[in-house]
Formats: sequence, structure tokens, C-alpha cells
Amino acid sequence: MKTVLDVRNLTTRFAGPSGALVAVNDVSFSLGEREILGLVGESGSGKSVTLRSLIRLLPSMAGQSGEVIWQGRDILNMSPKDLKAVRGGQISMIFQEPTTALNPVLPIGLQIDENLRAHTKLTHRERLIRARELMDLVGIPEAARRLSEYPHQFSGGMKQRAMIAIALASNPRLLLADEPTTALDVTIQDQILKLILDLRDELAMSVIFVTHDLGVVAATCDRMAVMYAGRIVETGTVADVFAQPMHAYTRGLLGSVPRVGTERSPLMSIEGTPPSLSAIPQGCAFHPRCDFATEICRATQPDTKMLAAEHQVACHNSLAVVKTGSPVR
Amino acid sequence: MSVAVSRRAAIPRPLIFGGVILAASLILAIFPALFAPYDPNAFDYAALLQAPSGTHLMGTDNFGRDVLSRVIHAYTIDMQIAIFATVFPFLIGTVIGALVGYIGGFAETLFGRVVDAVITFPFLVLVIAIVSILGPGLMNMYIAVGVVGWVFYARIIAAEVKVQKRLDYADAGRAMGYTHLRIIFRHLLPNAITPAVVYWMTDMALAILLGSSLGYLGLGAQPPAAEWGVQIADGKNFMATAWWISVFPGLAIVLTGLGFSLTGDGLAEVLRTKK
Amino acid sequence: MPLASFILRRLLQLIPTLIFILIVVFVLVRLLPGDPTSAILGDRALDADVERINRQLGLDRSLVVQFGVFVQSVFTGDLGRSISLKVPVTELIAQRLPITMLLTGMAALIALVLAVPLAFWAALYRGRAADTAIRGAFQVGLSMPVFYIGLILLTVFGAKLGWFPVGGYGDGFIDHLHHLFLPALTLALSLSAIIMRNLRSAIIGVVDAEYVQFARAKGISARLILLRHVLRNALISTVALFGLSIGTLLGGAVITETVFAVPGAGRLMVDSIYGRDYPVVQGLTIALAVLVSVTFLLTDLFQAWLDPRVAR
Repeated sequence: MKTVLDVRNLTTRFAGPSGALVAVNDVSFSLGEREILGLVGESGSGKSVTLRSLIRLLPSMAGQSGEVIWQGRDILNMSPKDLKAVRGGQISMIFQEPTTALNPVLPIGLQIDENLRAHTKLTHRERLIRARELMDLVGIPEAARRLSEYPHQFSGGMKQRAMIAIALASNPRLLLADEPTTALDVTIQDQILKLILDLRDELAMSVIFVTHDLGVVAATCDRMAVMYAGRIVETGTVADVFAQPMHAYTRGLLGSVPRVGTERSPLMSIEGTPPSLSAIPQGCAFHPRCDFATEICRATQPDTKMLAAEHQVACHNSLAVVKTGSPVR
Repeated sequence: MSVAVSRRAAIPRPLIFGGVILAASLILAIFPALFAPYDPNAFDYAALLQAPSGTHLMGTDNFGRDVLSRVIHAYTIDMQIAIFATVFPFLIGTVIGALVGYIGGFAETLFGRVVDAVITFPFLVLVIAIVSILGPGLMNMYIAVGVVGWVFYARIIAAEVKVQKRLDYADAGRAMGYTHLRIIFRHLLPNAITPAVVYWMTDMALAILLGSSLGYLGLGAQPPAAEWGVQIADGKNFMATAWWISVFPGLAIVLTGLGFSLTGDGLAEVLRTKK
Repeated sequence: MPLASFILRRLLQLIPTLIFILIVVFVLVRLLPGDPTSAILGDRALDADVERINRQLGLDRSLVVQFGVFVQSVFTGDLGRSISLKVPVTELIAQRLPITMLLTGMAALIALVLAVPLAFWAALYRGRAADTAIRGAFQVGLSMPVFYIGLILLTVFGAKLGWFPVGGYGDGFIDHLHHLFLPALTLALSLSAIIMRNLRSAIIGVVDAEYVQFARAKGISARLILLRHVLRNALISTVALFGLSIGTLLGGAVITETVFAVPGAGRLMVDSIYGRDYPVVQGLTIALAVLVSVTFLLTDLFQAWLDPRVAR
């Protein structure tokens, strides 16, 4: 598989009142063509900031280091002009909450149009036709009429479809999806997930999917990366990781996934809460909550090891974790 | 340790500056004679229109009166305007606003019409019209401001009481058989009054502006009383030759207005973080 | 068309407001000291003359009838004659009100030109030196009485530097603008301070909104993001505040016109109150209140245009 995105040692810091807070810490991963990567973790694990860091969509007080190689060029070193061409043109992003992410005072049609104007040379007429196509593509009926309507006239699911239509306007090669289904009803969630999968096939894009919902990962992603306290602790194909988690945290997460036929619940069944950015524990950040923790975990940060083909983990005691097996059967 | 430090830092700087200015203004207003070097109304034909100097720090006016002494004595009148022009609207508006907010329905609709009417007439034009009916002077100015000014307080209080009314403790009060008045004034109002207090600070700054404007137009404090607006009017024909007669009283207005608005901003900040 | 029905509804709301205005004016004028008859005849008039004038002015009839006559004449465009100037009040208003409208219009324009860019600057660099300086300067401006600002501008730019005339209205449109610039600037300062404060916090509230992030993620130009996404949303509350400030602006015009000797409606109002010229006070009050109501209507419509959720 051809690699389209290569992230190396990405680190994002925020200037805080008492020193810099590291939200994304030395994160590396790569993404293949047409691949869907799930970025998983509890809230505050740094997965959303990682996603936004890829296209430098951060407040001005944030500092970034590392490399984000997109089609042979480092996004972190791009000029503002080049960055603008990449954002929306080659890499698009959709947000968690369509109600707040769509501008309430502009018609949906204009919000699609400004993307087309920024990234294509289409004429006014051609852009209008393209906008209607996009509305059809994401499954919004009566496209012509709805283009002139405002976000408040759309239902939640339709708003999310509209946001996807805006994001896809200029045929991006990569879609960044930040929990795009979390704010929606369960039945609508499934529709939107299916839409994203279909669009991936139809448009041959890659997708990075940020979510805290392992059910969503199992249903949509090819590979997954698990984040904890700003670091990636385990990466692998979804099948491998579900069959054999190698990090104690991943194992805990999988243990909290509801079985088929039971209700979905948030991933809080691991004892304790994730650390705040200003107080990340020494050594392995997960050790205070970890059943497998030993002396070394408190002292040193584990290196990332390749334990099987395409399956990497940063855990001192991964062998012990492997021995206990997967909680998913 | 660190807790004590952060708590001290939590007093917003505007509140400190504003508080110091207001405290100084009040002291000058209550004991002007202690600080004024001369009699504010004493004519001195030997020292007409003198520029600021060691003997007259702010110069003298066209009657030889010491401008500094007049500015200091004016604190008495202008601080009085700030308080009296606002305290009655504040009290009346609070009572009416609390009732409107508590009763709701018809009272609220009627009150809405009154608010519409009041904001449709330029406030200053209305006050000028009322003062001209009653005759110039401070007392009539308070009445004129009061006739209109209570509406703004009532609007703030009504909105706030309406919110408080929906909270549980109001129901608890009713369940315990308290009278309506007791619920309104002992339970709802104390929780609803903070935004009105913040507005009161701004309003006192506005009252000084209004009072001095009427003084300037000859409808407020009457000459020869030392009042900043009157002083500025006295000096307006000498602006090109003896600017100090008008400029210093104006600076006093700005400084006092700043004192009130900084205090208001600071209070708002404190109350916001407390919530 | 939700906007069309919104406009219609808003126009209908004007009717009770206008009736209320007429009642207030009618009552207020009858509270003014001294009655119009003695104002016309002087204090030592004969009883027969008083009766004749009373009958002529309709003052011998009941208040309800007087009110009916009053409403009828207002709607037929008859606001009576000025007692001191001996001309129809409508004629006076037609002469003087446009001057005040030009003055307040210029003031509003100057206030916006000052406030909008500075609000952006302060908001985008919030907490830095520029923000503190801008807010400090406007805070001081807000604490200055209109007549004081006017007097200082008049002395410095009128009398000393001679850039602008020291009063009056001039002849011809360009000359009018030249004469009205200083008074308009005087009026504009406190309004711009109010707008700046409001817009600054509105921009701060909008700049970090998700839809602005989404717009940035779309790769559109920074100028479009600021103007279309940030400014348009931030303006919604500021426009409402602007509408509410029109009354204050007209009140300020009364003082400014006095300071700069501008022969506008505000000046006429003060003169008529002093001179007990009832019909003029009455007619002007109605005209000013109508002007304010219409401005409210316009700002409401502008708000509805900015924010489609308003017109539902």
C-alpha cells in the first residue's frame, strides 16, 4: 500500500500560565492510500489535538515540532499560502458538533461555495452544479432548494451530511474526522458511518477517524492507534489489536466495549481518570491506573517496540498483557 | 501558601484603581474645606484669569476665583448628584422589577410597553422637558431622572428574578407557606440583585455626565454654585485665552467617571468568577 | 418568505408604539408650565380675548376630544404653528430635522469607522499592550461629557488651528459636511466607545467558535474568515446595541448643537422649551420619537438580514 501521510515525532505544546503543556507528545504514525485509521482514546488523551495539529489548526499560542509529511512535503514547514491550498483542498476536516461547526448566519450553499472558490477554477455556474452534486452525494434530498437554506433549518443528521458535503467539495485526498458521529442519535450514527465508508470507496480517499467509541473503530477502521496522555501507546490493524491487545490500557478499553445486544456505554470502566496535561505521571503515564504496573513503569517511559508485523506497542509489561489474552471473544 | 497568593491576586486591578479614586472623591466631597486652599466663591479682582501657578495651582477664573478650590468644592455637589440621581431609580426599579418578574404574565407585557416607550424617547430630551416643566435645579433634576431611570433597573431585576423564580428554593418557600412578599424580598431578590448593583456603578458615572450636562445648559445646579458642568460653562468663552477654567473641571469629571466605571467593571469581574 | 412576514410584523408593531408616543406627548405638553393662551396674549390679557383664543385653540373642549383632534391633525400632517416663530411646525421640522439627521448620521458613521477596526485589533491581540491602550483610551472617552469634548475640539481644531468652522451650518452640501464634522466627531466618541467595547467582546466570543475553526480548515483566505465568518456573527449583538444607542445619540445632539451653534432640531428643542413654544416642543418630540422608532425598525431589519434565525 502506498503511504500518503507520514507523521514523525509530532509534538504540540500549549503555553500555559505555569509553563508549557504538552498535549501531543512525540507521536509517529503513517497512513496508506484509501486506508481508514482510527485514533482512539479517552477525552483529554490528545487525539483531537493530534488531528488538528496535522493541518496546524491550533490557537496562536501553540507550538509544534516534528514532521507531517504529506505528498513529500512537510506541512509544519509550509508557507501560509501552501498551507491554505492543502487545507480544504487536499486535506479536509469534519467536526464533532455540526450545530456549532456550521456558520449559523450563512446558507449551506455559500458554505460549500467558498470551499470551491478557494480550491477550484470552476465558474459560478459550474460551482452551483457541483454543489448540487455534492448534496446528492451525501444524501440530502431536494438539493437545489436546500442549498439556499440555513443550518438551523436542517436536522442534526442532515447538518452532519451538509458538513461532509462542504468538506468534500474540492475532492480531498484525506479526510480528518473528529468524532463525527458522537453528537448524533444511534440510528443516524450508523447512516453517517456508512456514508463515510461509501465515500472513501467512491472518492478513493484516506480517512483518519478520531473517536472514543471502539464499536465505531471495529465497524469502520482498517488500522487503529490508541492514545494515552498525548502519546500513541499501541498501533496495529483493527483485527490484530482486538484479537490480541498488547498494552494494558488497550486491554482495559476493549474490556469496556459493550457486547452485541447490550447498550453502548462510555469508556470509563478503567479505574481512575486520565491525568491532566499539567500533571502527567513520571515513567509510563498509565502506571497509576495499571493492573500490570511494576517498578520500571514508575521510573522510565517505555520505548515503542514492534512486537508483531505492523503491531507496535509502548509497554514494559506487554508480555504479561499478552498472556492474559484479549477480553473480546 | 500558594492559595493565599492566588486569592490576593484575584482582586481585579480595575477594582483597586476604581476603589481608590472613589474613596478619594468621597473624602473630598465630605470635607472639601480641608483640602481647598481658598474660598471657592471669593472674588479677587486683583487676580483675574491667572494662569496656573504656585499660588493658584489651577489658575483663577474671570472673577478671580481659585479654580482648584472650586473643583474641590464641586465634589460635594457632583458626588451628591451621582448618588441621589441613581439611588431612587435603583430602589424604585428594584421593587417594581422584582414584582414584575415574580408576577410575570400581564405585568410583564405592560412593563414591556413602558420599556419600549422609554427607549423610544431620547433620555436627555425627556429629562430636559421634565426639568423645564418643574423648573431648573438639582431637586427637580433628581425627580426628572427618577421618572425615567427606574425602568432600566426594573428591566435588569425583572429578568433576573424570573430566572431565580424557576429555581427550586422558590418552590420550597411556597411549600413552607411563606407570603409572596417574603419570598420575593427575602429569598429571590438577594440572589437577583448583583447585576443591578454592577449597573448602578455605571449609572452613577452616567449621572455625573448628565448632571454636569444639565449644569452646562443651565438646567441643573445654579451658578454661582461650584459644579463641574457650571464651571465649564463659565469658562467656555475663555477657552482660547484661559483654558484652565474649563479644562480642569472636565478632568475631574473624567476621573470620577473612570472611578465609577472601573469599580463597576471590577465588581462584575469578581461576581462573575464567584459564580 | 420569512423575511417578508417579519418586516410586515415589525411594521405592524410600529402602530401601538406610535399611539403610545402620541399619548405621552399629549400628556407631557399639557403638563408644561403656563398655558399657550397666556403665552400668546401675555399676562395682562382681557378675559374675553382669553376665551376667544381658548376656543380657537380648542382648549375649551374635553381632554378626550382634544386628544382626538390632536391625533387627527397629526395624521393629516398638521402640527400647528410655532408661537414665537409664527410658521407651521411641520415647516420648521422639515428645515431643522434634516440637519440633525445629517449630524447623527455622520456621527454614527464616524463611530463605526473608529470602533470596528479598533475592536478587531483589540480583540485579536487581547491582553497585549495594544488592547490595553485601546480599551483605556475608550474608557476615558466614555467618561467625558459631550459638551466637554465639543468645547475642546472646538477650541483646538476650530479656534486655534482653524481647520474647521467654529459653528453654524454653512451653505451647500460640502460646506455642511465641513461645518458638521467637529460636532459629529464629538457625538461619535462616546458611541464608538460603547460599540468598541461590545464588538470587542463579541469578536472574542466568536473567534474561537467551531465554525471559525471549520472555516480555517477549509483553507479560505484570512480576510474572508474575518469579514464573513467573524465580523458578521459578532455584529449581530452590536447592531442591536447600535439601535438602542440612537436615542442617546439624539440626546447628545441637543447638547452638541448647543455647543457648536448648529441650527438643528436639538437646538430648536432647547430654544422652544425655554420659550414655552408648545406646538414646536410637541411636534419635535413626535418627530424625534418617530425617528427613533424607524431607526429601531431599520436596525432590526439589518439584524434579521445578518442573522436568519431572527426572522423566524
